[in-house]
Amino acid sequence: MSDHILEMRHITKEFPGVKALDDVSLEVRRGEIHALVGENGAGKSTLMNVLSGIYPHGSYEGEIVYNGKPCRFSTIRDSEKSGIVIIHQELALVPFLSIAENMFLGNERGSALNINWNETYAKADELLQVVGLHESSHTLIKDISVGKQQLVEIAKALSKNVQLLILDEPTASLNESDSMKLLNLLKEFKKKGVTSIIISHKLNEIAYVADQITIIRDGSVIETLDMAQTAVDEGRIIRGMVGRELTNRFPRREHHVSDEVVLEVEHWSVQHALYSDRTVVDDVSFILKKGEVVGIAGLMGAGRTELAMSIFGRSYGNDIRGTLKIHGKEVVLNSERDAIRHGLAYVTEDRKGNGLILSNPIRVNTSLARLDKVSRHRVIDLDLEHNLAVDMKDKLGIKCPTVEQIVGNLSGGNQQKVLLAKWMFAEPDIMILDEPTRGIDVGAKYEIYCIINDLVAAGKSVIMISSEMPEVLGMCDRIYVMSEGKIVGEMNADSATQERIMSSILSVNKGA
Amino acid sequence: MSSKNADLWEKTKSFLLKNTMVIALVLVYLFFIIKSEGRMFLPQNINNLIMQNSYVVILAVGMLLCILTGGNIDLSVGASVCLVGAIAGVLMVNLGWNIYLSMVVCLLIGVAIGVWQGFWIAYVRVPPFIVTLAGMLLFRGLAQAILGGLTISGFSEDFLSIFNNYVNIPALDSGAVKYSSIIFGVLCCLVYIVATVLTNMNKKRKGYTAERPASLYTKIVIICVIVMLLMYKLSLYKGIPFILLWLIGIVAIYTYITAKTTFGRHFYALGGNEKATKLSGINTNRIYFSAYVNVSFLSALAALVVAARFTSANPAAGTNYELDAIGSCFIGGASAYGGIGKVSGAVIGAVLMGVLNLGMNIIGVDSNFQKVVKGLVLLVAVIFDVVSKRRAVKSIA
Repeated sequence: MSDHILEMRHITKEFPGVKALDDVSLEVRRGEIHALVGENGAGKSTLMNVLSGIYPHGSYEGEIVYNGKPCRFSTIRDSEKSGIVIIHQELALVPFLSIAENMFLGNERGSALNINWNETYAKADELLQVVGLHESSHTLIKDISVGKQQLVEIAKALSKNVQLLILDEPTASLNESDSMKLLNLLKEFKKKGVTSIIISHKLNEIAYVADQITIIRDGSVIETLDMAQTAVDEGRIIRGMVGRELTNRFPRREHHVSDEVVLEVEHWSVQHALYSDRTVVDDVSFILKKGEVVGIAGLMGAGRTELAMSIFGRSYGNDIRGTLKIHGKEVVLNSERDAIRHGLAYVTEDRKGNGLILSNPIRVNTSLARLDKVSRHRVIDLDLEHNLAVDMKDKLGIKCPTVEQIVGNLSGGNQQKVLLAKWMFAEPDIMILDEPTRGIDVGAKYEIYCIINDLVAAGKSVIMISSEMPEVLGMCDRIYVMSEGKIVGEMNADSATQERIMSSILSVNKGA
Repeated sequence: MSSKNADLWEKTKSFLLKNTMVIALVLVYLFFIIKSEGRMFLPQNINNLIMQNSYVVILAVGMLLCILTGGNIDLSVGASVCLVGAIAGVLMVNLGWNIYLSMVVCLLIGVAIGVWQGFWIAYVRVPPFIVTLAGMLLFRGLAQAILGGLTISGFSEDFLSIFNNYVNIPALDSGAVKYSSIIFGVLCCLVYIVATVLTNMNKKRKGYTAERPASLYTKIVIICVIVMLLMYKLSLYKGIPFILLWLIGIVAIYTYITAKTTFGRHFYALGGNEKATKLSGINTNRIYFSAYVNVSFLSALAALVVAARFTSANPAAGTNYELDAIGSCFIGGASAYGGIGKVSGAVIGAVLMGVLNLGMNIIGVDSNFQKVVKGLVLLVAVIFDVVSKRRAVKSIA
């Protein structure tokens, strides 16, 4: 009876060690707005990348039927040719090119040797009218706001004769009025016959635009809800998103929390590193006690990493305000070195980009933050360094033949352990772990949880930033919830549930 | 049995990969010895090899530290050599200053050049390519203005002797064979052997993993043979040139700094991953700054060497020296992306370039064609580096 523009059948996609999608089927009706919801890492983006050809045909199992014909896209170009356009959360615009140049990038008007600029700008202006953006197409991308950039992306999609538009969290960085504008635009498109798939965490927005909602969890489709047939409230969606059982994926832990407060952050605010008018951390206050694991839950982009890095010797952000007390004494940490000296450690979420020197051996990475421990008068005792690195390797169970192994050759889980080893070697009192188990398999996760438990048992304190709610619930003594730069909730582990965390995140979005 | 063979093959392969450039150097040298019917191996030519390439070694060591920070190069070293040489000429010849005072002033000017460039690169973050390109014009121009387009000659014998003379101990070196050279070689070998054996015993005593005796002794034998051969050849000519002692000193100091000190380690870390280095509490700006101050300091030293060798300061001095230095580093295995490279590698690269130059001159290759050969050697060396690394990455995935 209903006409499906897209059917994805039994899609399974595996990454080394992880099954990102497990037998997922999705049906999208022509001319509807279809919402995909689920936690971070549930597999929404992977599914859309399979659809758009970023993961080429053959790298996944299953079948895609589009407009009644089976499709085998091997590049993005293939899928765009058939009218499927994906707009990523991280906008793919070139800042120093004009709106029009960006819109027709890779799809230039005229011939390859002779771009027809008149046609380019005229067509661009026409499309900007359609999306309701009142800017000249000659304006450079860097000079317009993020909201407007999002509209440029949509105009760009229109220039490719889009039939199926995929938006990955389009409103994540938009304010309320820009978001409404965008959502209304999608409704306009619907009338013109353009089908949209929207990935979003903002349930109020989804309730506003979506015709069907598909909930994905742990790489599987949980259910598809038809808004026309069933009355769907947000509680219903949240239950679908998080309703998994907590099995014994976490080591048993004893509580070591003492009353001594080791870290106190008061009224901490940080501006974005590049766009100083954007507040990424907004008046945050929290405390950390000795022997405590404090979780900071929230969605990606909530400002957690920015908070942690700005505390760690101002390594991120502009115009950092607020006070910081370590062991009750107010301190000003002006550099990473200061922070390390005051017993802080920040274990980054981006181990390859910010954490490890991949071209160097384990030994060198282990000692890097505290070379003074293995050197006298600035001369390194290479043998001592080697032995201490071996100690750390054994302690953390890093699987490698020798500590001279180049870190780039290790598996993700072992790299994460080397990163932990590096910071444990620095002997901090307070460790900030940013997504410590991202991208590693279940077994390695368990070992890292054990290491965290050993740390607090030895009197250290840990702040654990994680987007995986079960992990936060399973590992922490106390949990703060962050959303849009603010702390929006605090709860003890015993009283916390995934539903409580999710609803405190979403309550803010609703208010916005 | 087959696994043993495979193991042996793996070991040979890794040995070959690690020492490719040494092997290449030996092969190229043998090639020229055969082609030149032994002339390449004459004592005088070995002496020339050292004298002609001393400045390349000094500059390559300085350049290496810049390249380590992330593949950054210094294009201005040739111009700095010219400028400092010009100033040396003015001070020593035209103004007749004391030579030691003049040399100190020259080295300080080198440091000043480095501070100027290092400041823009490290603290203002102007790309090094731009800053040093500007420096190349700037310093060359200043040098030519100082010299007024003319050559200053007539350096005092006292100054020239510092770099150009030979070790001469009357009791040993009055005959045709300069025995001081042989004695020096023996001493070097003894020191080397004792030091290696002692460190190894020390390692064993402290319970660290020591090197296997077989490979240890092979290494000792090979190095001692090379040293003794070199010293024997030199003893048949004029003995040990002073400049060789300078080079040994510089190479030893920088080898120690890069391999054993925290300061040296920071260069490798910075080139490997700048963000991670900064988050480890290391002042990355200061590392960039010191790399450029250092390379300019060594350029100033090279300028004095060059001025002494040509016994003059001329407006064209130092032309293309930066390219020799950069080439030596890359041929010697420094990564074009930074973070990888050794002082010994840069020295081997410089020697290889020197052997190519000298060898092609001796067998009479056309000078235009010489450039072609050197260009190809540089390209092949870097291709080898990139490809072998890519293969390593693939084997992980």
